[in-house]
Amino acid sequence: MYLLNINGVDRKLDLAPDVPLLWALRDVVHLTGTKFGCGMALCGVCTVHVDGVAVRSCVLPISSLAGKKITTIEAVAESAAGRAVQSAWLSNEVVQCGYCQSGQIMSAVALISAVAMPTDEDIDNAMSGNICRCGTYSRIRDAIKEAAANSQNGVM
Amino acid sequence: MLPALASSRRDFLRGSLVIGGGLVIGFSTISDSLSAAEHTAAVYSPNAFITIYPDERIELTVARVEMGQGTYTSLPMLIAEELEIDLDRIVLSHAPPDAQLYGGERHDQFTGGSLSIRTLWQPMRQVGAATRLVLLQAAAQTWGVPDQECHAKNGVVVHGPSSRRLTYGQLVAAASRLPLPDVIPLKPISEFALIGKPVTRLDAGAKVNGTALFGIDAVVPGMLFASVAACPVPGGTLRAIDDRQTLSLPGVCQVVRLPTAVAVIAENTWYARKGLEALRVEWDEGENAHLSSADIHSLMRGALNREGAVGRNDGNALKVIAQDSNRVERFHLNPMLAHAPMEPINCTVHVKADSAQIWVGTQVPARARDAAAKVLGLAPDQVTLTGYYLGGGFGRRLETDYVEQAAAIALQVKAPVKVTWTREEDIRQGIFRGAYAHSVAASVDERGYPIAIAHKIAGPSNLARWAPGALKEGLDGNSAEGSLQFAYDLPNYRSEFVREDGPIVTGFWRGVGATRNMLVLETFIDELAVKAGQDPLNYRLAILTHNDRARQVVKRAGELASWREPLLPGRGRGIALLYAWGTYMAQVVDLTVGEQGDIAVQRVVCVVDCGVVVNPDTVIAQMQGGINFALSAALYGEITIREGRVQQSNFHDYAVVRMNQAPVIEVEIIPSNLPPGGVGEAGTAGFGGAFSNAIFSATGRRFYQFPIRLDQVDG
Repeated sequence: MYLLNINGVDRKLDLAPDVPLLWALRDVVHLTGTKFGCGMALCGVCTVHVDGVAVRSCVLPISSLAGKKITTIEAVAESAAGRAVQSAWLSNEVVQCGYCQSGQIMSAVALISAVAMPTDEDIDNAMSGNICRCGTYSRIRDAIKEAAANSQNGVM
Repeated sequence: MLPALASSRRDFLRGSLVIGGGLVIGFSTISDSLSAAEHTAAVYSPNAFITIYPDERIELTVARVEMGQGTYTSLPMLIAEELEIDLDRIVLSHAPPDAQLYGGERHDQFTGGSLSIRTLWQPMRQVGAATRLVLLQAAAQTWGVPDQECHAKNGVVVHGPSSRRLTYGQLVAAASRLPLPDVIPLKPISEFALIGKPVTRLDAGAKVNGTALFGIDAVVPGMLFASVAACPVPGGTLRAIDDRQTLSLPGVCQVVRLPTAVAVIAENTWYARKGLEALRVEWDEGENAHLSSADIHSLMRGALNREGAVGRNDGNALKVIAQDSNRVERFHLNPMLAHAPMEPINCTVHVKADSAQIWVGTQVPARARDAAAKVLGLAPDQVTLTGYYLGGGFGRRLETDYVEQAAAIALQVKAPVKVTWTREEDIRQGIFRGAYAHSVAASVDERGYPIAIAHKIAGPSNLARWAPGALKEGLDGNSAEGSLQFAYDLPNYRSEFVREDGPIVTGFWRGVGATRNMLVLETFIDELAVKAGQDPLNYRLAILTHNDRARQVVKRAGELASWREPLLPGRGRGIALLYAWGTYMAQVVDLTVGEQGDIAVQRVVCVVDCGVVVNPDTVIAQMQGGINFALSAALYGEITIREGRVQQSNFHDYAVVRMNQAPVIEVEIIPSNLPPGGVGEAGTAGFGGAFSNAIFSATGRRFYQFPIRLDQVDG
């Protein structure tokens, strides 16, 4: 039995220790906003925050998460940075199929939370682990800059 | 639920659309009795696309699936323009499987081929306009005033002289008593209030907060989870398994054997996957056991020596070329490709005694339901299919193999079961874009301009499998797409397609035939320009004297890309023209080749004339996305086979472009009132030639096979 704090709620999970957080979220807790893409931390669609840091939930065993705060896309709007990123995603019309965007947003929120005004290089470094097959990259880049600027100016 | 009678009435309107297909559609035979029977209708649902509720909600059923291309915004825009409603009031629903209602003229309910706007541009405006006319008439009769004194705006009918108002919701009952109009005038383009203006995507909100549901997100009470492995060699079968260890693992419920695959059913996807890894499986690998990519490539190259179906034959290109001792001839090869949509292939099925339910993201809802019904031994109407957003399609979800497989698995499971392919399975069990061989030859005049070009293509016919009726005298117009039209001045032009399906089932891939054929042609035109000692852009303009749309996009792309500016060392610039799906486009690619042969694309300029535009930002987004999709293929895309097995498995060895490699993409749309052209495929199809030509510009090396790897010997 593992006790996980997911989006501020304690969840008891009767699962084997090696079960990746991704499958606990999707198949057991039914928080399906976090997506499955590759299973090898290659594509980033499963990105969530653990204590505010962007991590790939597909390779993160639940046994490693005791006492940590897990945030998924469903709760990202609870932070100012999360709202700023979501808003910038909408104003830049980023999404196409949308499947990767939960992970993109989680990576972006972690980035602007750590680096107030990210440069192009910062964005490349933080976001190159997140694949988008629809090719929305340039809009993601623009949206991150807008979200960072709005956060700095206290717009959000 | 809708009243039962509503559906027969909807059938009628849809039937009329199919039969009429023109501007004016006859609705006159709707009987009075039918109208009277709907007197008590609680909603107004005049056709398969619109339902108006008394509480002012308006539900639009979207006839094509949303896989990123923006149909869930653009198709509602077409209806809303004529229905006179605010887009922010509407509720969208996925069209259920029903090829009669939603399958258009072909009675085939599919989303693909850049066809959604092209085929629904007029019908969707007509359903909106017909509905508005009835609502207006209902209001006029309620007030006892002439129709002409009333107008509709923002979901309200207003009587001009008295300023009386009735909302659409208030008119539901009255409208249900009225027949649909005989004549449906549509607004001229000059009066559009919505079409042509940038509209915020209607699916965006749900896609930034995790609430948008894709097929993989289906949650069915009591469901189990499956991980599946099909024979790694195409055409092979399951011989034997040892599942003792698997069945001892936590959470594993069952092992399911299929003729060509094995699945482990478990309490969650992870347990199912671990169970699958623990299985010992023996395959009968069948006749493809020793197949290699080289075998497939030589099969296709060899097929070029056979006679094919001639899709176009202006003048006598073969004779002119044969008589020219200075003829130019090149051979190209386009490799096999996987789609690799971000949402891995999945399907959820619940088989009950006399029925079944399916939850799946598919480009072909009716085909998917029918295919599953066949597997299950049920009639199609015993099977329900719930559609979802697609986490990418690109042609992969035009296939029903995975729905059939999931149905076959579910048939053996006493619970709903969600089958999710691993990424490895998704890559290895793709319905790949096939390999195609090309020969292209030209004879040029004393100035170096072509007087004859012959393009011969050998490769699989996807239509022969997918829509055999679409073949015309052996010609697969999809495989030959992009070679059947020819924009340049040329008295002698020939396109020939030799069908060679090869040993592996292949399928459609974004940009379809034009992606391959225009890459070959536009690379070849570039070679001819260089051979003539001319600038490739000037050369194209010199032989585009009869095609204004093509000229315009080429010229404008050159201007935007500063074509005349000198290049710095290591930089390259290439241009290519595209014409397909009623769309003209030119792209200019700017790139740098590093000392290690590393390629970085800095900038792509894309000028597109796709006729009248519904949602301009969607067109821009489709170009940007299509170009990145093509760049992935140009740099990395290739499925290779050795000893019958696909060698790629995941994003480390089937690489795609990432943030740090994505170029700046500038898109300009040429204003036009011509009929809408396709945009979903065009960005992808228009890129390859410009990229390959830019590589030549930077390095002086020509490549005849993608992906371009600068550490390999010239093709």
